[in-house]
Amino acid sequence: MLRKLSVIAAVAGLMASFAAAPALAAGHPLEPEKIHWSFNGPFGKFDQAQLQRGYKVYREVCSSCHSMKLVSFRNLGDKGGPFYNEKYPNSNDNPWVKAIAKEFEVADIDSETGDAIKRPATSADRFPSPFPNEAAARASNGGAFPPDMSLLAKARTGGPDYIHAIVTGYKNPPAGLKVGPGQHYNPYMPGDLAAYWSGDHAHVPPGGFIAMAPPLTEGGVTFDDGTKATVDQQARDVSAFLMWAAEPKLEERKQTGFAVMIYLILFAGLLYASYRKVWKNESH
Amino acid sequence: MNPSADTLALASTEFDLTKVADGQQVTLKWRGKPLFVRNRTPAEIQKAVADDSASMKDPQKDADRVKPGKAQWLVLIGSCTHLGCVPTFGGGDYGGWFCPCHGSHYDTSGRIRKGPAPLNLAVPEYEFLSDTKVKIG
Amino acid sequence: MSGHSTYQPKTGFERWLDARLPIVRLGYDSFVDYPTPRNLNYWWTFGGILSLCLASQLITGIILVMHYTPSADHAFASVEHIMRDVNYGWLIRYMHANGASMFFIAVYVHMLRGLYYGSYKAPREVLWILGCVIYLLMMATAFMGYVLPWGQMSFHGAVVITNLFGALPLVGPSITTWLWGGFAVDNATLNRFFSLHYLLPFMIAGVVILHIWALHVVGQNNPTGVEPKSKADTLPFTPYATVKDGFAMSVFLILFATFVFYLPNALGHADNYVEANPLVTPAHIVPEWYFLPFYAILRAVPDKLLGVLAMFGAIACLFALPWLDTSKVRSMRYRPTAKLYFIIFVVACCILGLCGAKLPDDPVLGHFKTFTLGDADLNSFVWLSRFASLYYFAFFLVILPVLGLVEKTLPVPDSIASPVLSHPAAAPEQATAAPEMKG
Repeated sequence: MLRKLSVIAAVAGLMASFAAAPALAAGHPLEPEKIHWSFNGPFGKFDQAQLQRGYKVYREVCSSCHSMKLVSFRNLGDKGGPFYNEKYPNSNDNPWVKAIAKEFEVADIDSETGDAIKRPATSADRFPSPFPNEAAARASNGGAFPPDMSLLAKARTGGPDYIHAIVTGYKNPPAGLKVGPGQHYNPYMPGDLAAYWSGDHAHVPPGGFIAMAPPLTEGGVTFDDGTKATVDQQARDVSAFLMWAAEPKLEERKQTGFAVMIYLILFAGLLYASYRKVWKNESH
Repeated sequence: MNPSADTLALASTEFDLTKVADGQQVTLKWRGKPLFVRNRTPAEIQKAVADDSASMKDPQKDADRVKPGKAQWLVLIGSCTHLGCVPTFGGGDYGGWFCPCHGSHYDTSGRIRKGPAPLNLAVPEYEFLSDTKVKIG
Repeated sequence: MSGHSTYQPKTGFERWLDARLPIVRLGYDSFVDYPTPRNLNYWWTFGGILSLCLASQLITGIILVMHYTPSADHAFASVEHIMRDVNYGWLIRYMHANGASMFFIAVYVHMLRGLYYGSYKAPREVLWILGCVIYLLMMATAFMGYVLPWGQMSFHGAVVITNLFGALPLVGPSITTWLWGGFAVDNATLNRFFSLHYLLPFMIAGVVILHIWALHVVGQNNPTGVEPKSKADTLPFTPYATVKDGFAMSVFLILFATFVFYLPNALGHADNYVEANPLVTPAHIVPEWYFLPFYAILRAVPDKLLGVLAMFGAIACLFALPWLDTSKVRSMRYRPTAKLYFIIFVVACCILGLCGAKLPDDPVLGHFKTFTLGDADLNSFVWLSRFASLYYFAFFLVILPVLGLVEKTLPVPDSIASPVLSHPAAAPEQATAAPEMKG
């Protein structure tokens, strides 16, 4: 019986592994370094200090080009978020959240005159985008569109590992690679460089071109908790922050999962015992 | 379930060619599909004309795919004739477009050269209003 | 269930209702007293698991609709609204998305079980075909459901699949325009897919009722493939089958919960967290895992129309199966040669699934080239998928029809009870005695 169960499990596992098998991209970019995140594993949690540092990197570096339009200010004070404080279970009352929201201006309509106005954001507002629309974003960025960051960590294969690898992984282009204006070579970026490579065709360099210039500089951000702002540290922190932005319910999900698993295992054990008892006198 | 009246009321679109630099391509949205406007380099045109007599699935001369005297301007519906994905320029074996979905290779004239697609990339109806302006549709 | 009913109404109300609408009798005869072959193994528990999957998808789906906005401008944001703001929205959506995968895992096991034990053979042809209809409806439902979040994969998946119909000569382009409600996949397409995605599950539920009805007319098959002959061959459905199904369901739920809580996006594609953009196709467009074998068959054929026909033909083979298999013996337990071909068939399906996930021109082994055969190198996934597709069709169209006429089969037992009762686990000296024995 157990043997049969293991067959069932093996079949299911086999199917799952085929589905998850990573498909190789055309240019075969380098594999991002696997980082040991605090939110990995079945009991993983976000590191709040890291999220706060990551928010600072986002605010001071990324947010000048990248929008984060699905995230509201109040989310920063939600359970598991960077500015959660148990004194303020309703994140709209959280003074840090209110202060952060005030730093931003959002577009609104004056309810009396009907004119378009700008007002300070409240905790209920979403993060305003740096450009009014995609065309404006492209025009300011040499034709490239900085992707929205709300879901970036889930929208890229490799997630936070990939983001960390991209922002820390810029390399000087190998001799023989023609880099266009406004382009930067990055071995972790998916792409196909064969058309720009004048060297040996069997050894096209890995990776692709990215329009974003290396965004992080040593000490470019001053962390409030005194952590040394190396490029690697900033990259880790902002990647963790973006993972939180993409999956704010991660902690709740894993905690609920633990309770559900315990319940299901007990339930299955109970049913197995009943099954043995019911079938005790029957051959099969 | 056929298209409703507002969907059918398709405006034609005018496009200013000065926006497209030499050897560049601009993608616009037309009838919900991508439209490629490519400013071809002399090398690309030469390659396309040289291949006119090569064996092809859907034989067509390069000259029949552009307006007379305007060989540098190639206007194409950017939708692979296989299953409708958007091909990318600069890939594939023929220096033209490559469709990532099922590996169709198009040459610098947008003609199908290899892969499952049955037809060349379609050239929409368009006309030159002036040397720098086209009306598509 | 055919045969006479043993239901005895106990209370006055039950007698009153039974004379007017014998629904309790129907339930009793179908799920309590229903005679079940005593030798059913765990592969037979997937019918119950599938009912659980359907119920879960219906319930989570109806809740999702309460918060979802079917519009090209708002669909993506409304799904994120469910994930971020709706109470337990993340749980409901992850259950629904992963539930689709679980549904297909269970249905593939269920189908392969039917294939192995000959559950499609007379008199169960209609039962099998109803199952195939459910499978087709499931594929349509899953495809349309995948379009609804309006991510990059949703959009371009919809473009590719609807364009398949464009391969038909003459009528193809009109059919795609009709499906789209426009000249490209757009808001009209999203809205009709939403409407149909809501409708089809109820049609599935309807066909499931017919499937169960047909099952109760002809009775369950069993691992020996021998029809029950006496009372010793069967046990009442409750408690014997219910408790076994219940245990299997709870184990299946553990697998389900593992995906929902710990690997919620493992079966999806990262690109679907990018909002749909008609102007850019993701570099790597692949369907959900459960469609990969058919997708590989589509790509294996270098011609557009023939590729589409091969893909639909692969499903048509399943419908014709009851008449393709000529064997007199039902269960492959007694068909050693067929068993071997069956195992190769399962491997071929897995290989097709793998090929569907890979780029056609990528090498299978290492990074070397062998020699070019036709349009691609022999060491490429496109050639691997061609060999596997060939086997897929050969299995249905050549092996099963011919093998049934020429193979040597093992002796089939006289009844279910005889091999069961003489099983080494049973007390050997009482092998022919009454069924009150340890199992």
